[in-house]
Amino acid sequence: MSDDLRDLYQEVILDHNRRPRNFGPLPDANRTAEGHNPLCGDRVVVQLQVEDGRVQGISFQGTGCAISTASASLMTEALRGKTVEEAHALFHVFHELLTRGGGDPEQLGKLAVFSGVREFPIRVKCATLAWHTLEAALQQKDQPVSTE
Amino acid sequence: MALAAVVSRSDQADAHSSPSLAPGYDLARVRADFPILAQPIHGHPLVYLDNAATTQKPRAVLDAFASVYETSYANVGRGVHTLTQRVTEAYESARGTVQRFLGAARPEEIVFVRGTTEALNLVAQSWGRQNVGAGDEILITALEHHSNILPWQMLCAERGARLRVAPIDDRGTVILEELERLLSERTRLVAVAHVSNSLGTILPVREIAELAHARGAVVLVDGAQGAPHMEVDVQELGCDFYAFSGHKVYGPSGIGALWGRSDLLAEMPPWQGGGGMVVRVTYEKTTYLPPPHRFEAGTPFIEGAVALAAALDYLSGIGRSAIAAWEGELLALATERLAEIPGVRLIGTSPHKAAVISFVLEGVHPHDVGTILDQEGIAVRAGHHCAQPVMERFGVPATSRASFGLYNAPEEVEALAAGLRKVQEIFG
Repeated sequence: MSDDLRDLYQEVILDHNRRPRNFGPLPDANRTAEGHNPLCGDRVVVQLQVEDGRVQGISFQGTGCAISTASASLMTEALRGKTVEEAHALFHVFHELLTRGGGDPEQLGKLAVFSGVREFPIRVKCATLAWHTLEAALQQKDQPVSTE
Repeated sequence: MALAAVVSRSDQADAHSSPSLAPGYDLARVRADFPILAQPIHGHPLVYLDNAATTQKPRAVLDAFASVYETSYANVGRGVHTLTQRVTEAYESARGTVQRFLGAARPEEIVFVRGTTEALNLVAQSWGRQNVGAGDEILITALEHHSNILPWQMLCAERGARLRVAPIDDRGTVILEELERLLSERTRLVAVAHVSNSLGTILPVREIAELAHARGAVVLVDGAQGAPHMEVDVQELGCDFYAFSGHKVYGPSGIGALWGRSDLLAEMPPWQGGGGMVVRVTYEKTTYLPPPHRFEAGTPFIEGAVALAAALDYLSGIGRSAIAAWEGELLALATERLAEIPGVRLIGTSPHKAAVISFVLEGVHPHDVGTILDQEGIAVRAGHHCAQPVMERFGVPATSRASFGLYNAPEEVEALAAGLRKVQEIFG
């Protein structure tokens, strides 16, 4: 396997693809948004329970590639308990990681496993679909978001 | 007796040797005609299996472009100087090449367009607006590319007509009885693919045309995937319109052709206004040229048309039935190899298929398949293939698709199979 591939499909990503965490409907959700990637037909629904500006509950549903599924799964783990501001900030750092590389490892935590995506520019959208959908949910946009 | 024994022994030898693909097909020579193929991708030889999306170009097409620019470029159908005469001749001669390629009766029945999509939109907006009214119906099938859905959906919305869809079975074959049942005296048009881009199914166009004509409907064939893979004779198919794209038949992108029966074209109004399409213009009234120039407003893609003709000549030079036979062997081999891999499900298993194989790999999304294969130098398509309703019909969000062309080799089928096993290794 090439190094680029090994960096892309790290064990943590494959594991979250096989066994996505926080997958399914969120009974106490008060924010829901749907995201599409028209390039590949991927679809994700992100549900949030936001109380006092803090993400108390988060889940996702949908179908997608390993990168988008693992990204959604790891996102739900990273955001539980975070404030809305912290969530926005983390997306910013995550996006920098995917497009420019680098970023604060402490802030990124497990999300650092997506560093290999930078070598596959066409897959950046896969890794950010759940995050764009999250943003839509936080802003309570009515329209489904799209990566295009 | 002696002769019979010899024949029978050679039969046996053939049966036991490794696949003897289409004897006499000079693959090495064909491959040498395509400069792009001789390059490594990620350190591996390029294995280009995305021919249903677009095809690579032979040197003859490259040379045709250069030749127009170097010797005869000017505008067509205008003026009297030498270059314009020369290029007009080349452009109109290209029309004749397309006519022969499609088995059409006359060159005037060939309209140059940007591609299949533009051809279908031309028919929808010119013929459609004139012939489809409130309460009328347009019938398509459940395996169409978005290009053969949306122009009709738009037309139906505009005219208050109804779009109907003939279903397919689990193999991806159009259910003819259902199609026949959906035909009515309100059916104005039946628009079908010649070959499905996502499933590979070859449609029984002749039978469909007969059924449709019995109800007085006009028949349009989206030949984008038909023209590259088989002999096309529009008169034998019995359709009324046939459209194809240059870039899928080893020619340039941005050029294609619409064939229409001359009596239909003659009655159709222009759909775009501009230069090169008129007899006389006054502010009060304009009279238009007859087909095909009536439908070619503005300066066309002149050099594209000439290069398209070069591509069609190239195909004829190899022989379209030889190409079809070769691709048929590749399809059979690929179907066999993929079936041997546990967890592979073929989407589209019609007994009549062109060399297009859609599949899903259990537990692995097509995008991941595509990325890993690309690292092996193998180009396949991953996605919904502009056929989202087809994906829905088979309950998959997307598929991987390997589609073969005249330059593909049996070794490339083996590379694909090996690549898929590698995907499975990575995903465990």
